[in-house]
Amino acid sequence: MARDQTGVSTPALEVHDLTVAYHKRAVLYGIDIAVPEGNLVGIVGPNGAGKSTLIKAIMGIVPKASGWVEVFGEAFDANPARIGYVPQRESVDWDFPVNVMDVVLMGRYGKLGLFKRPSRADKEMASECLEQVGMLPFANRQIANLSGGQQQRVFLARALAQESDLYLMDEPFAGVDAATEAAIVTLLQNLRARGKTVLVVHHDLSTAQEYFDMLLLLNMRVVAFGPTEEVYTMELLQKTYGGRLTVLSEVAESVGKGPMKRGK
Amino acid sequence: MKATPIVLMVLLAWFLAGSELHAARASDVVEINLQEQIGDFFKLRPPVPTMLAGALLLGLSCGLLGSFIVVRRMALMGDTLSHAVLPGVALGFMWSMSKDPVAMLVGATLVGLFGSVVVTWIRRTTRIKQDAALGIVLATFYALGVCMIRMIQNSGGGNSGGLDGIFFGDAAALRSQDVALMAVLSLLTLLLITALYRPFLAISFDPGFARSAGLPVALLDHMMMMFLAFAIVVSLQAVGVVLVSALLITPAATAYLMTDRLHRMLWIAGLVGMFSAALGVFCSFLGGKLPSGPFMVLSASAVFGLAYLFAPKHGTLTRWWRRKNRSRQIRNENTLKAIYRVLEDREFEGEGVSLQELAELRRETLETARAQVRALVRAGAATTGEGGNIAYLTPDGQRRSWAIVRNHRLWELYLTNLADYEPDHVHEDAEKIEHVLGEEAVRELEKLLDYPEVDPHGKQIPRVPRKTAAVEEPAGYGGGGQR
Repeated sequence: MARDQTGVSTPALEVHDLTVAYHKRAVLYGIDIAVPEGNLVGIVGPNGAGKSTLIKAIMGIVPKASGWVEVFGEAFDANPARIGYVPQRESVDWDFPVNVMDVVLMGRYGKLGLFKRPSRADKEMASECLEQVGMLPFANRQIANLSGGQQQRVFLARALAQESDLYLMDEPFAGVDAATEAAIVTLLQNLRARGKTVLVVHHDLSTAQEYFDMLLLLNMRVVAFGPTEEVYTMELLQKTYGGRLTVLSEVAESVGKGPMKRGK
Repeated sequence: MKATPIVLMVLLAWFLAGSELHAARASDVVEINLQEQIGDFFKLRPPVPTMLAGALLLGLSCGLLGSFIVVRRMALMGDTLSHAVLPGVALGFMWSMSKDPVAMLVGATLVGLFGSVVVTWIRRTTRIKQDAALGIVLATFYALGVCMIRMIQNSGGGNSGGLDGIFFGDAAALRSQDVALMAVLSLLTLLLITALYRPFLAISFDPGFARSAGLPVALLDHMMMMFLAFAIVVSLQAVGVVLVSALLITPAATAYLMTDRLHRMLWIAGLVGMFSAALGVFCSFLGGKLPSGPFMVLSASAVFGLAYLFAPKHGTLTRWWRRKNRSRQIRNENTLKAIYRVLEDREFEGEGVSLQELAELRRETLETARAQVRALVRAGAATTGEGGNIAYLTPDGQRRSWAIVRNHRLWELYLTNLADYEPDHVHEDAEKIEHVLGEEAVRELEKLLDYPEVDPHGKQIPRVPRKTAAVEEPAGYGGGGQR
């Protein structure tokens, strides 16, 4: 774990006073978080809370109105290769004329720069990443001929091929089958075991408690950020979701059971 | 989408009828006019080489850049850009007071890029969406350009002749300096796309991801826009402002139907673009003074029509043909299965199966049975005897009949034993699966079920000998009671 001279560990990701606005309407205000290295962080909150926007603002895909982002103590653009990204599945055209291998190889483009071609080693690396998500047999398949869960796995393989230290994933669990969900959870745990830091936008409160070490409760601002055991409380969730009773009644039960004991 | 083939056919018919009509008229006047024209064209005397070179170059540029436009769903952007360059052409002309290709290129590129900036600006500052913004900019710039060009022509300043060609394309008016500029720009386009193929692929497929990977997305985007403007300007003289976008989109769309990989699509689009443009030049040459732009576009549309029908994977006729073949195969397999069952019912006594027996088993008429057997004969699976009343399976037909029955019974067994279906529920399902089980799946099933001999209904599961083995081998694991 990286430490500076004072002996305090540098956070994998630090967001300071981040504000994002669309057409002068703020969608995120004053976001302040520092994510310690090696954690799985779930970002939860109601629809329109700005979860995806937060990820995109960190990645520089949407412009920031104010604030800054540092990754491993450096400005975001200083070392984009340390950051991997899994966008929402719906963000691309799945009829695009590429096959699965082409997509995964895109994970190598950041390291290759503008002009270099992927080498044999890059291709082997991409194959390994496909293997990890169980998609190697589909390497030559046109991406239109994949199920939703398979598409998501391809995106994950592409992110793995980036060999990054920090991953930002936008709703990887959205609309996937149970087998893929389990595969993603295993993958996340493997990443954590290798010391990687992963931020995941997640929409399912009932599993959030089980999957993540830390939770960021978001509703246009940070409602709470901390270890899952401390943050996953009725009071804070109520604050995050406001008056949305149906969501709350769903979680009331799981909160009643108390935070899960988790080994790390 | 349903209307597309009809529209295309009408266009094609019109195109063909038009050229015939013209030919007829021409031959009324001078008998060998058309032949002479064709001969003249292939003698490649000026201006034919200039026209052809121009056509090939613009076809290549348009095909390559058009591919990106099509896969990025920016077809309308290409259309807008092609109209928006018109005031720039006029400005370039005013600047040099001649048809200086470089001045016109600079003017057109700058104004074209300004047009795309205006689109972005309207979208960013108001609630108006991309399509409406494109429409506004397209019409405004085009109208402005038309006014400016008419003013130039009215004032008669400089050498304003030939500016008309800019509207509908006049390849014959191409000069060698125009073609030289086209060659430079096309070569640059080719180099750019070869060198930056992967980054362009990444920003086209997933710009957000490309940005996150540290690729200079905005720079690459602007470069692509600039070269798109180049391709449009290069094509203006020969294709015309109004139709350039068709040459960007149609060859690329054709290529999109032909392949599932972007790099192949680029090549195909480039070739289709070159072919269409050259054919267009040829047709307009035959027609005497007809504008070349419409002919290039019609040629491209005709090629698109062919791809629409016959593309190997996505063509509509190809798909229909595949479906038809498939259902014929399924029908034949069902007949083979019936023949097997007739033979099985009489414990494989004798070889021939009469139409009578077949019809009775399937509860169909004799005529239907006769047609089914005839289909088998055509497929090489059976021969007939006694005036076509008895069917004998050929060795190949025999193998196929064993295979289909084996597939059916294996699947039934799989459903009952491993998927907990009731034995009386499995037949319908097996009727469908039997036709699609591959060799590999069959091996898997046999292993899973521990090389079974009988199906859930107690019937023998035939074993299919490998192709190399003697076909006379008994068709069952037990071997007994087969013949």
